[in-house]
Amino acid sequence: MSTQHTQSSTTVPHGAFIRFLATMDRRWIFLAMMLAVGMPILLKLRPPESPGPLSNATFAAIEHLPAGSRVLLSFDYDPASEGELQPMANAFVHHCASKGHKLAFMALWPLGAQKANETVNTVLKPFHPEYKLGVDYCMLGYKAGNEGVIKVIVTDLLQQYSTDASGTPLGEVPMLKGVSNIQAFDLILNVSAGYPGAKEWAQYATSAYPDAFSLLVGTTGVQSNQLYPYYPTQMKGMLVAIKGAAEYEVLVNAKYGNTPAIVAAQRMMSSREGESASENASGDTPESGVPAILQEGQRRMGPQLIAHLLMVTLIVLGNVVYFATRSKGATR
Amino acid sequence: MTEQLSQQRTTQRGDGASHTIMCTEMRSAEHTGMHASTSAATHTSPHVQLRTASHGYANPASNPAANPAANPRLRRARTTIWLILFLVGGIGLAYNALVRPHGMAEVYVERSEKTFVEADIAAPVGAPSGEKASTKWLASDSPALQDGSAIAMAGAAHTLTINETVGVPPRAARERIAAGDSNVSLSIVDTLGVWIAAFFTLAIFSFLWRDNPIYKFAESILVGVSAAYWMTLGYWATLVPNLFAKIAPETIKGWAMPALDVQPADQTTQFLLALVPLILGFMLLMRLSPKGGWISVWPLAFIIGTTAGLKFVAFIEGDLMAQAANTIIPLVALNDTGSMQFGESLGNLVLFVGVLAVLTYFFFSVEHKGRLGTMVGKVSRLGIWYLMITFGAAFGLTVMGRITLLSQRLEFLFGDWLWIIDPANIR
Repeated sequence: MSTQHTQSSTTVPHGAFIRFLATMDRRWIFLAMMLAVGMPILLKLRPPESPGPLSNATFAAIEHLPAGSRVLLSFDYDPASEGELQPMANAFVHHCASKGHKLAFMALWPLGAQKANETVNTVLKPFHPEYKLGVDYCMLGYKAGNEGVIKVIVTDLLQQYSTDASGTPLGEVPMLKGVSNIQAFDLILNVSAGYPGAKEWAQYATSAYPDAFSLLVGTTGVQSNQLYPYYPTQMKGMLVAIKGAAEYEVLVNAKYGNTPAIVAAQRMMSSREGESASENASGDTPESGVPAILQEGQRRMGPQLIAHLLMVTLIVLGNVVYFATRSKGATR
Repeated sequence: MTEQLSQQRTTQRGDGASHTIMCTEMRSAEHTGMHASTSAATHTSPHVQLRTASHGYANPASNPAANPAANPRLRRARTTIWLILFLVGGIGLAYNALVRPHGMAEVYVERSEKTFVEADIAAPVGAPSGEKASTKWLASDSPALQDGSAIAMAGAAHTLTINETVGVPPRAARERIAAGDSNVSLSIVDTLGVWIAAFFTLAIFSFLWRDNPIYKFAESILVGVSAAYWMTLGYWATLVPNLFAKIAPETIKGWAMPALDVQPADQTTQFLLALVPLILGFMLLMRLSPKGGWISVWPLAFIIGTTAGLKFVAFIEGDLMAQAANTIIPLVALNDTGSMQFGESLGNLVLFVGVLAVLTYFFFSVEHKGRLGTMVGKVSRLGIWYLMITFGAAFGLTVMGRITLLSQRLEFLFGDWLWIIDPANIR
């Protein structure tokens, strides 16, 4: 037995480097990946972003809506995909509020309602204090039923949502006066981590009523491959993974990143009179005056860059080992 | 102590190339780290079968050179990794404790009282005769109380005060505490929450090292909490509003859903309709019965039939028809002036060829022999290339997602827990 072990380990007839790679403990790779992701966070590395066509289309769709349009935001995700999707959700809400749109939040995922509340508390309330509950935004909350909910509310909102999340009858919510179904909304924004989510919105809303809906989605990288075919006919725009979030943030922050309300909110949070958060010594917010929460996506692109470089290196090394050992194995 | 029995046999493939199947049986009195981290199957069964290439180190667990118990170099590597992790962690914690002025992982809150009053709400002017005046709990600063459309009822029984806590950024909180603001304080519970979250994050990360009791503990907690959460959610989000509220609306309104709109005229119909899912639900539970399991087949058939019907239309409309329409595109794209758009035309051509090639790959009715068959085979192979590129893109996007999740957890550890980074400049 031990002879076989020795034989097996000595059948690596290559140079020391190939042997080292071939027998390397995989945990060194885990450690390398941890450092590749961790160091850019500590060093605040941030590569420049140039928005692509999908992000531009998403931005344009919200930007070209007349101020005061009704927008339905469906938060169909949970904390498990928060890292990718929360930056999109923050940017969507900030962009819509900067344009003065009326926002109705709903969720097909139970924790989506909680994420919507969190977004309202961290983005809408501090940076858009003029927004009043019921008048400028409302929380419809979570409804069980997956795509069944979509299928119903496209024709009858009250059948699923007789009240908002706090129990107020929908007829008493000022911004929803006269709204009988979601066809009354000018835009649907969906932040989606899977089922039910973007695909179901495309199937049961925009495909069934192509003239009634305009759908924009922010999606995780994992499912984005399945969603590309829906663009641009059934989805007018799409943000794909953290890269899409970062690109969209660049577009939104360039126009709405440093409004007077934001500067005031920053001062209140940093609690230093006459100094905005961006002017502090830590230098964590490179875009002047833009709150850190509106740059989460861009911040997470630094780790992406280094981790991807590491991945590419490892793939190349893995192939080197594979071909080196295969050629020797074949001649044996 | 670990004993391994290895056996190699070489088989001949049809194409003449040889490959080796290495069967390794491990009998382990104690789980070594490498065994455990290799595969979940390893710790459920002591017998592990591994297939490797002839060089024998496609899987480290099958390779004694990669077995820490047999290889001193790997033992040293293991010690080094532990040392690095502890050093980095220790330096971080010591830095926070000794150098930084304001510690770590502190959560401050501001406490305030919010008062609600029960108010009479008059029926709107011109409302139908059936619409009655009602009572409702309103915040004491509600506009309805100020403009007179609601009148607060007198008496302590109609007033409710609740304590509300709102998070305050640490630096602002410290300054307010220093200024004597007694409403702001350190929240022990929330601070403990950050420490617990950090512990569970590290516990889950520890699986990268090897399976261990701390990871098992965190995993079990996660599974238990998730199961309890989904059960509670199913009860409150589905059973109560969709079933109980229709069977006994008055009771549910008084107990769980004060905003429930009870329409006496519809109650009988609602009750009878609600009996259908109630009975189907009980029939489904008969699956647990040793003799009545067959009864559960009926509601299952109902569920599958309904779902199929619901999805069928959506897939026909949203995928088949719409996607077919999206594929009918001009191969030569022209702009408004009539000149050719090269990029768009190329994209359309790639899409058109790809759709046909991939569809051909899934068309199994023609054997890849003869002139036609060979042609179909070649197109089919092109389809495989399209599929492989698609899978590669999916893999790349998945990697991107996973790296983002890792960076978010590290941001939590460095930011919320250790306070090494402060992107929002609030600490």
